Amino acid sequence: MSTKQVLFAGFGGQGILFTGKFLAYEGLLSGREVSWLPSYGPEMRGGTANCSVILSDTPVGSPIVTNPDILIAMNLPSLDKYEDATVSGGQIFVDSSLIERKVKRSDVEANYIPATKLAADENLTGLANMIILGKVLRHTELMDYKNVGRAMAKIVSAKRKNLYDLNLKAIELGYSYE
Amino acid sequence: MVVFQKPKALTDAVLTYCPGCTHGIIHRLVAEAIDELGVMGDTIGVAPVGCSVMAYNFFNVDMVQAAHGRAPAVATGIKRSDPKKIVFTYQGDGDLAAIGTAETVHSAARGENITIIFVNNAIYGMTGGQMAPTTLPKMVTQTSPYGRDVEKVGYPVKVCELLQNVDGAAYIERVSVDNIKNINNAKKAILKAFTYQTQGKGFSLIEVLSTCPTNWGLSPEKALEWLRENMIPYYPLGCYKDKYAQEAAK
Amino acid sequence: MSEKVLMKGNEAIAEAAIMAGCRHYFGYPITPQTEIAAYMSKRMPQIDGVFLQAESEIAAINMVIGVSSTGKHVMTSSSSPGISLKSEGLSYLAGCDLPAFVVNVQRGGPGLGGIQPSQSDYWQATRASGHGDFRRIVLAPDSVQEMVSLTFKGFDLADKYRMTTLLLADGTIGQMMEPVSLDMGEVTKYEKPWAVTGTKGIRKPNIVNSLFLQPEVLEKYNIERYERYKTVEENEVMYEEYMMDDAEFCIVAFGIAARVAKNAIKQAREKGIKAGMIRPITLWPFPKAALAKAAEKVRAFISVELSMGQMIDDVELSIRCKKPVILCSRVGGMIPTPENVLAALDEAGKIGG
Repeated sequence: MSTKQVLFAGFGGQGILFTGKFLAYEGLLSGREVSWLPSYGPEMRGGTANCSVILSDTPVGSPIVTNPDILIAMNLPSLDKYEDATVSGGQIFVDSSLIERKVKRSDVEANYIPATKLAADENLTGLANMIILGKVLRHTELMDYKNVGRAMAKIVSAKRKNLYDLNLKAIELGYSYE
Repeated sequence: MVVFQKPKALTDAVLTYCPGCTHGIIHRLVAEAIDELGVMGDTIGVAPVGCSVMAYNFFNVDMVQAAHGRAPAVATGIKRSDPKKIVFTYQGDGDLAAIGTAETVHSAARGENITIIFVNNAIYGMTGGQMAPTTLPKMVTQTSPYGRDVEKVGYPVKVCELLQNVDGAAYIERVSVDNIKNINNAKKAILKAFTYQTQGKGFSLIEVLSTCPTNWGLSPEKALEWLRENMIPYYPLGCYKDKYAQEAAK
Repeated sequence: MSEKVLMKGNEAIAEAAIMAGCRHYFGYPITPQTEIAAYMSKRMPQIDGVFLQAESEIAAINMVIGVSSTGKHVMTSSSSPGISLKSEGLSYLAGCDLPAFVVNVQRGGPGLGGIQPSQSDYWQATRASGHGDFRRIVLAPDSVQEMVSLTFKGFDLADKYRMTTLLLADGTIGQMMEPVSLDMGEVTKYEKPWAVTGTKGIRKPNIVNSLFLQPEVLEKYNIERYERYKTVEENEVMYEEYMMDDAEFCIVAFGIAARVAKNAIKQAREKGIKAGMIRPITLWPFPKAALAKAAEKVRAFISVELSMGQMIDDVELSIRCKKPVILCSRVGGMIPTPENVLAALDEAGKIGG
């Protein structure tokens, strides 16, 4: 893996920035060059939110992901906006409980997971982001799956053990979803 | 035996104020307070923009010259840097009550442990006699040639009355230097304000009613009379707030 | 070397300032730099420092003047409209020859503008924030690591030359996270015999002042100040050269624009276009000599900016208009894409002789 450009996109409040931070931290821990860039401003509250993460073996140039290798779309406006921008041969992950339509492109790999519904069913409300991330980890080589615990420990304080466990459970759920 | 001498906290520089102006008296009262508390070596003053812009030449202490209206903010920085120092500002009415209103009110609201000497002569002296925030109704100035029309330009700002309602302020008093009795009262108030600061009691402001013979177009003596007859009725003398009055009475 | 940590650009500035010995921060909330104030409000009480949210940007810069007058490290930060308000204080800082560290995380303008990244305060930063003849050192980080290193250096330069150092960042660098090392080394202490610390009755009063009514005296101070500025120009220019050895086209870009330009340069070279870049790290003093030298060999320059074309003036002045200079810009919070830069390179290929 030389450089992977990842774009997380959805509504504010879905944990888009947190998911990106998790991935960025794992990149740092595994000795890669990384950048994390959020959209910011009033749109963070309930509007569209997105987050660019770049993992690379060489220094990161621009931190802005305009053509993602991997797109994670957690609402329809995000899929509409970024589907065409995704590179040919790239991967798109769709929360199918919030987005009814399919990916139109045929030159990308499309993956679907009803992350928000799974979260509600499994008493993991608010963790659809980590469920879809689990799916992403299963189908990409962004990180070594066995390392999820160490990255989580970096971004969830030890005092909040419960939250740490729930996040890992959500990733596991997405990872093993068929 | 020396019965009368210049306070140590004043330099030997000749004052550049107009003849008959009461700035000289007020400078002396501030310097006497610094002398009496024995804090000259630990005092830092902040000079404003206005007639007293060059106060840094007259006080025998470390001084900073501030931008117009910003002296309380500069003093805040100095005091926060070194809370053991005695920090005062010396400001006129345009500086304190017009362009620097926000800095004045908020330094009071924060209860900054500083002392503000506010010289109110109801006019912009340095620039040649324009209408000030404290110019009295109907008073003629260069920019209110028909007299201050409160219907058009609004009313004077009464600083002590305003600040007495600010919770952060510890001690607010208005004094005058138009006669011996009032000068003695002014001396007491200024000394008390500096004393409070040495005791860490917080924000104090002493408003001193002052004359401007040059721009009022009056002789020094007539100016004092005018102050008594016109300013004191509009700006009543007295203590407007003293958080520690009961404690002090004991 | 200490472990690298992932930090937001704005927070990295704050932590680096603390490491540089800054214990006084004054500010006023404004997007996209409020993280600096938030970080300081948390950290300063832990280290006996002072965090104070001022009533205005104007008050904040004057509180900076107060602390600096006492000889201590002090900073304020803001974004574009707030820097306009601080301009008065910036002029007084220069007139009093006080050291200070000021941050501008730029957003789009003019007026209230927007909150997305911009570089349209280049002129304000390098020329015209505040009245009178004066300069300030302007540092332009292009990564979170440089937010740290240039903040640390910025405090040192301010003390060394008794000047304001302005860190000119933008919303992107302020908001992004990258791994950073916080190893910065020792803080150099400078003697400050001019500071107001109380006379203790053993020296004459110090006066921090910018008022000099005699023109001969004021002229003398201005000339002395400019002699000091000359030594800054001689000693403190910083820039990065990127793939310039065989370059036929020289991109000039700073901050986030330089990051985008690096992507574009890689893509251009894949197509056989020999592009390189000179990235000014100090915007004042500007790397004039490096650009003049490049003008001897390249065919054209491309100034990549998030403004309608401000730095391009300095590029043209530096090369004395010897070669064509093309502007590649996006504004209003938009950021040039590598494709925008490639298009400018194409244009340069057509006109550069």
